[in-house]
Amino acid sequence: MKKGYFGQWGGMFVPEILHETFMQLIEAYEAARADSTFWQEYLEVMANYSARPTPLTYAHNLTKHFGGAQIYIKREDLNQTGAHKANNVMGQGLLVKRMGKKRVIAETGAGQHGVATATMAARFGFECVVYMGEEDVIRQRPNVFWMEKLGAKVVPVRDGARTLKDAINEAFRDWVTLMDSTHYVLGTVCGPHPFPEMVAWFQSIIGQEARRQIIDQHGKMPARVYACVGGGSNAIGVFQGFLDEDVELVGVEAGGKGLDTGQHASRMKGDRAAPGVTQGYKTMFLQNKDGQMIDTHSIAAGLDYVGISPILADLGEKGRVRFEAATDTEVLDALTLTMRTEGVIPALESSHAFVQAFKEAPNMSPDEAIIINMSGRGDKDIFTIAKAYDDPSWKEFIISQADGFRK
Amino acid sequence: MVNVGVNKIATQAGNIRLMNNLEADLRDRLNKKPILLMTHLVLGYPSLDTNYEVIRQMAENGVDCIEMQIPFSEPMADGPIIVAANQKSLSKGITVEDSFQFAERVIKEFPQVNFLFMTYYNIVFRYGEERFIKRSTDIGIKGFIVPDLPPEEGETYIRISKEHGMAPIQFFTPTSSDERMREVAAIGGGFIYCVARRGVTGTKLELDTDLVQYLQRCRAATELPLAVGFGISSREDIQMLTGKVEMAVIGTATIRLVDEKGADKVASFMKKLQ
Repeated sequence: MKKGYFGQWGGMFVPEILHETFMQLIEAYEAARADSTFWQEYLEVMANYSARPTPLTYAHNLTKHFGGAQIYIKREDLNQTGAHKANNVMGQGLLVKRMGKKRVIAETGAGQHGVATATMAARFGFECVVYMGEEDVIRQRPNVFWMEKLGAKVVPVRDGARTLKDAINEAFRDWVTLMDSTHYVLGTVCGPHPFPEMVAWFQSIIGQEARRQIIDQHGKMPARVYACVGGGSNAIGVFQGFLDEDVELVGVEAGGKGLDTGQHASRMKGDRAAPGVTQGYKTMFLQNKDGQMIDTHSIAAGLDYVGISPILADLGEKGRVRFEAATDTEVLDALTLTMRTEGVIPALESSHAFVQAFKEAPNMSPDEAIIINMSGRGDKDIFTIAKAYDDPSWKEFIISQADGFRK
Repeated sequence: MVNVGVNKIATQAGNIRLMNNLEADLRDRLNKKPILLMTHLVLGYPSLDTNYEVIRQMAENGVDCIEMQIPFSEPMADGPIIVAANQKSLSKGITVEDSFQFAERVIKEFPQVNFLFMTYYNIVFRYGEERFIKRSTDIGIKGFIVPDLPPEEGETYIRISKEHGMAPIQFFTPTSSDERMREVAAIGGGFIYCVARRGVTGTKLELDTDLVQYLQRCRAATELPLAVGFGISSREDIQMLTGKVEMAVIGTATIRLVDEKGADKVASFMKKLQ
């Protein structure tokens, strides 16, 4: 099989001007992968800077509430910057150091990957530019604030739908201009080879830990593992710990306002996506019959994307990963229940995984365990979540704050 | 496999090389003038009627090749002006079918011009590679420019294109090594599109020593005609390129001209260039 392909998906569809840049990146990545000291250094950085290993929390109250499977939560929310994104950016950061480049660029949707990249750039002393759809700049203002305070330049992207896919296009336009000095820190397991494979490698740290932890705590493999899927990096990360085992892997996509409304971002579940090639890779894209990408919707900006990892498209096609979708309303209900019963606050993205787990746990046996990958924490998204809840006292607070600034 | 309309030419090294339709036509034209002209437009922007008027003026004023861009929602390799043109065209509802029908019409009416389709790979892929190439051949398109399809991923596309006598245009770039240029040239047909600089479409570049050296490297790597564009806007720009490359490409300049001054200024602009 050709390099960078997973079944029929993936590939390296890059403009000729980036050919040499990709050859260099592949060489650096393969050298790092063959060098065990690189992974050792990576583990040290993640332990020392990002609180790894993250716990696998036994959700005692949720387990009792549903009365079925034993529920465990993998706590990626406890990473530096509050999400699994740190795993990828620190790994790529170490690679950038090896390549001797001094400038990093990134795309961001919800802003998590942008903030994570900005912290990495600050830590390693790189210049950092983050491309963000103008729509997302408005929706995710607190993350813009932090990126700028961390020393990154945030560039609002005004093309297309002004969301994540447009930010990716703009990051590529930067890269074709400044490829000599710059590395593009792609945030997920999508894009041209070697990104899907490389980002999956850095994220495999989640699955490696979870596998050890569930055996320690539960004494055997879990029956099922749940993860939300936007691009798919947290899902690939945790799934890699269980691919060779008799464990059912469940990816939960953004069902938005419902699969039948057209307002969602569900590629594998539902019938609106089709095979396509853009943004450097071949996968299932939400597109029309001409091949034009269509607008997506999700309550969770991090899942609001037209494509899915080629690795997951392949695992889905082969039946190794089952895909489900959670609607915006279901997501808020699952978030509320998780907060009230366990005192943890999952991000809206992660809450999608909780939805599906909650649907299935009651029908499972108490000697079975499930793992929910909590890819990020929700409290940093207070503006988004408060808006999603349409919380009246929060609105009053914002109005009074705004009035204060006007004086 | 049948090579439609393929001629054999002797190379400088004395080998026999196959030359496709488009290249043969360009060679003919080069016997009559020192440098050829290729222009670009985005189908449906600002409208197909305006496209028609622009093409008519180009055709009547000595343009040799026109690349017609089928709009795409994710034009990754284009700069702001062409990106906006793609979006505006799509928002008016221009489809791939519209593009084919329009192309068929102008190819019939302006047989003196070589028409190429420029687009992104997903358009071709969704239509079906073979079906797309077959229909393009049937209506008289001479070649394709697909910037996000490198030769390694485009094996089938290149093979089918060549079977139909079409030119799957390949790229040289300032970051290409000499070895890579030779590799790409061996696969290409029609002409080689030399990307003049790093970055996206639509920015002006000086014809400095770096560019001259780059064009010399391009020349050394292939015997295919070379096309280059770098914000050309005057006869002097084109004169500077004469003898270095075979074809000058006017990209963003005509879109800007039509935006600012209207389609009826295209004829005088084309005349001014030659």
